[in-house]
Amino acid sequence: MPKTRTTAIPIERTRLDNGLRVVFAPDRSSQAVFVSVYYDVGFRSEPKGKTGFAHLFEHLMFQGSATLEKGMHDSLVTGNGGILNGSTRNDFTNYFEMMPSNALELALFLEADRMRAVRLTPENLQNQVDVVKEEILVNVKNQPYGGFPWLYLPMALFTTFPNAHDAYGDFADLDAATLDDAAEFFDRYYAPANAVLAIAGDVDPDQTATLIEQHFGSIQARPAPPTVDASEAVPSEERRVVHPDPHAPQPAIAVAYRVPDPIAEFDDYAATVLLSSILIEGEASRLYQRLVKNDRIASHVSGDVGLVAGTFEVRGPSMLHLAAWYPGTPDPDRILKAIDEEVASVADGIDAEELDRFRSSYTAEYLGSVDALSQRGMLVAAFEQQRAHAELINEIPSALARVTADDVSRLARAWIQPNRRAVLDVQPGGHA
Amino acid sequence: MSTAAAIPSVGKARPLKVPAVDDRTLRTGLRVIAVKRSSVPRAELRLRIPAGMVHDSGDGVRARLLPDAMLAGTKDRSSVEIARELQRLGASLAAHSDDDDLIVHAGVLEQNLKPLLALIAETLTEPSFPTDEVAVARDRIAQEIIIRRSQPSAIAAEALDARVYGRHRYGRPLPKPDAVRRIGPGPLRTYHAQHVGPRGSSLVIVGDVSPSKAGDLAEEMLGSWRAKVSSAAPAKPTPPPTHLPVLIVDRPGALQTNIRLAGRWLRRGEPDFYALALAHIVFGGYFSSRLVKNIREDKGYTYSPGSAVDHRRLTSTFIVAADVGTEVTAPSLLEITYELGRMTLMPVPQDELDAGRRYLAGVTMLSTQTQSGLASYIDSITSAGLGIDYLRDFRANLERVTPDDVLRVASDYLSPQNLLTVMVGDAGVIRRPVETLGPVELTKAR
Repeated sequence: MPKTRTTAIPIERTRLDNGLRVVFAPDRSSQAVFVSVYYDVGFRSEPKGKTGFAHLFEHLMFQGSATLEKGMHDSLVTGNGGILNGSTRNDFTNYFEMMPSNALELALFLEADRMRAVRLTPENLQNQVDVVKEEILVNVKNQPYGGFPWLYLPMALFTTFPNAHDAYGDFADLDAATLDDAAEFFDRYYAPANAVLAIAGDVDPDQTATLIEQHFGSIQARPAPPTVDASEAVPSEERRVVHPDPHAPQPAIAVAYRVPDPIAEFDDYAATVLLSSILIEGEASRLYQRLVKNDRIASHVSGDVGLVAGTFEVRGPSMLHLAAWYPGTPDPDRILKAIDEEVASVADGIDAEELDRFRSSYTAEYLGSVDALSQRGMLVAAFEQQRAHAELINEIPSALARVTADDVSRLARAWIQPNRRAVLDVQPGGHA
Repeated sequence: MSTAAAIPSVGKARPLKVPAVDDRTLRTGLRVIAVKRSSVPRAELRLRIPAGMVHDSGDGVRARLLPDAMLAGTKDRSSVEIARELQRLGASLAAHSDDDDLIVHAGVLEQNLKPLLALIAETLTEPSFPTDEVAVARDRIAQEIIIRRSQPSAIAAEALDARVYGRHRYGRPLPKPDAVRRIGPGPLRTYHAQHVGPRGSSLVIVGDVSPSKAGDLAEEMLGSWRAKVSSAAPAKPTPPPTHLPVLIVDRPGALQTNIRLAGRWLRRGEPDFYALALAHIVFGGYFSSRLVKNIREDKGYTYSPGSAVDHRRLTSTFIVAADVGTEVTAPSLLEITYELGRMTLMPVPQDELDAGRRYLAGVTMLSTQTQSGLASYIDSITSAGLGIDYLRDFRANLERVTPDDVLRVASDYLSPQNLLTVMVGDAGVIRRPVETLGPVELTKAR
């Protein structure tokens, strides 16, 4: 086998007395810095009756702090040549800015400032409940295939509340959100000890550690909440959900299978990623050749391992998922039969040549993705937050290199079986 | 406990590192631009051929299908053989047509740049258009069009194009799915022979490879691509009409209204372009813009409002977009018009202009910090007839703009009088309130 190509992104780390973990991925050839804070709170942390709260709270973190008026955080970043955003995912909520590196200290100040004290007012809460509802309308409810499959598929595959509730939030739950809820949420989850600060790009770790101490060191220590245990039993029989979509012009199907644990069973999880590629990724894949090319029963097939957070940025139960769009009347069984036959063929054994091609392709794409400072910074932060191991960013190509053809077939036999899956049957029509 | 520190000051941004460029035009007319960026052991390629939608004299089906069909088989290789070769090379290869061009996007492990160029040359010169592959491609594209036309944002884009460009090919709707399903290899072969050639085409290579070596490799592998094509440039569209009623495209039961305004704009690099670019940024071009502050952060009418500029080869168009709750459609239009009016009547305060200037210079630098981003940026300015000096001088050109310059150009280009309005929404609910602001014309979604 040819030598594995990988990255050699340097990783350095430190920790403040208040528990804030800090990780650096310096690259002095860049003229930019990517600064992010990952808080250990996500969809899976939400209690019953508070669906969508983690995401709503993310919006509130942009609404001002004890020192800064609403809007100033945004205008200080963009007005100094940067971009910013935040996102809420299964196992984290992140905030980030990418800026010309001369603005590094400003970015550190801004993240420390809102970690110290977010500004919570009734006006801001009501305004952001309105904005989040518009976001849900534009992305889900007023859109064909809105939320398909990322929002609805976990709801079909999982059964326990942390994994299976509506992550965007029920409108009634959003409307019921109070300032007390928000204050309590901040106090519990936004403690420095529950966060990782990651800085990638044009940064000197030694000098910057001093700046970090200056800005974050005085934030009061609070205990980190216990890590969410979202583990749940693997299904023993197929779960099928009919999903009417009033805007969809044609049927679609999504299928999800449970997979090995992304951390405890990392090697098998990495092998599942290549199994998923062989089945779904690109025109050389089994399911493209079968469904789109030979049988011509679907027009498009796509899929991956992971949740909306990504493939490797997950800590709890994950899945192998695929979706296919097809013309005509809904007939999920015809698609499922073809899928089952292709999975059975992989389970019977594959050539090393086939595995090598998919591995080479996946690895090259991975190297391309970490060229982006934002992607480097986000992977490093998530790996440090979830695994205390930011170095994983350099180790994924070699983990993939260890996967054998027997591993792929064994995992197909063990996990990618009809009785371990959920099926989302998207039926078009109804009235808009 | 210490109190919060004062806001740190930001030093002056470092000058942008402008990469060395190997820029050569082959005897066949193909322009090759190579740049080194060694952040990862890969290279990114963008090949742009003037064979996009505007060159299709029919309903656009051939231009829409050709990119997929061209990569679906050659004299010597089937589509799956091409896909497998790409995997072995650690490469990706895809193509699509935009309004003007057929664009090939590729990426590859650096050591396999030469075989990838060979494969690209093969698809350009010897596509075989296998009947079964064409059938797969047209089914997929027909399906994509059906799905796209069910999306409110796509309905709005199509209605806006028709309103802005009228009978020009830029205003043509997406091809009809039935017409896509009917096409066979013959018309694609003809269209390929007529339009896919090196003259007027450009190839950008950015990667962990020296520019002269990348240029030499491109010359070696693509120098023999010699197809003679018809090079007639399509006519320019006339400027967008003004003083039209608001066009409402009825979408009964819609939960939101997609509001779009559009008007003429300047070409990149024209003397007043930089002042106008800053007017757009201050008005609606970033999160701290007036439009976002007003209708999102203050009023909660919408999730992601903003303005954008659609630069096509023959013209540039300014677009304001906001997807708003149905019940606040007319109030949103009122606020958009108010913010436009403010731009045209009152000078932008110096600090607000400076913030917009730093934003635009900063994000331009940020967008060039990856192989892929730099390749796309160079491809984009190359297609506009500009050189790397446009990137080099960009910040200095922004720095010269004064509030008076912005007011002068905004009073023309951002004047509500000079923009037209299209909205997709539930006419039964939004028509009357919108009519209180001005005349309305009603149509149905196609």
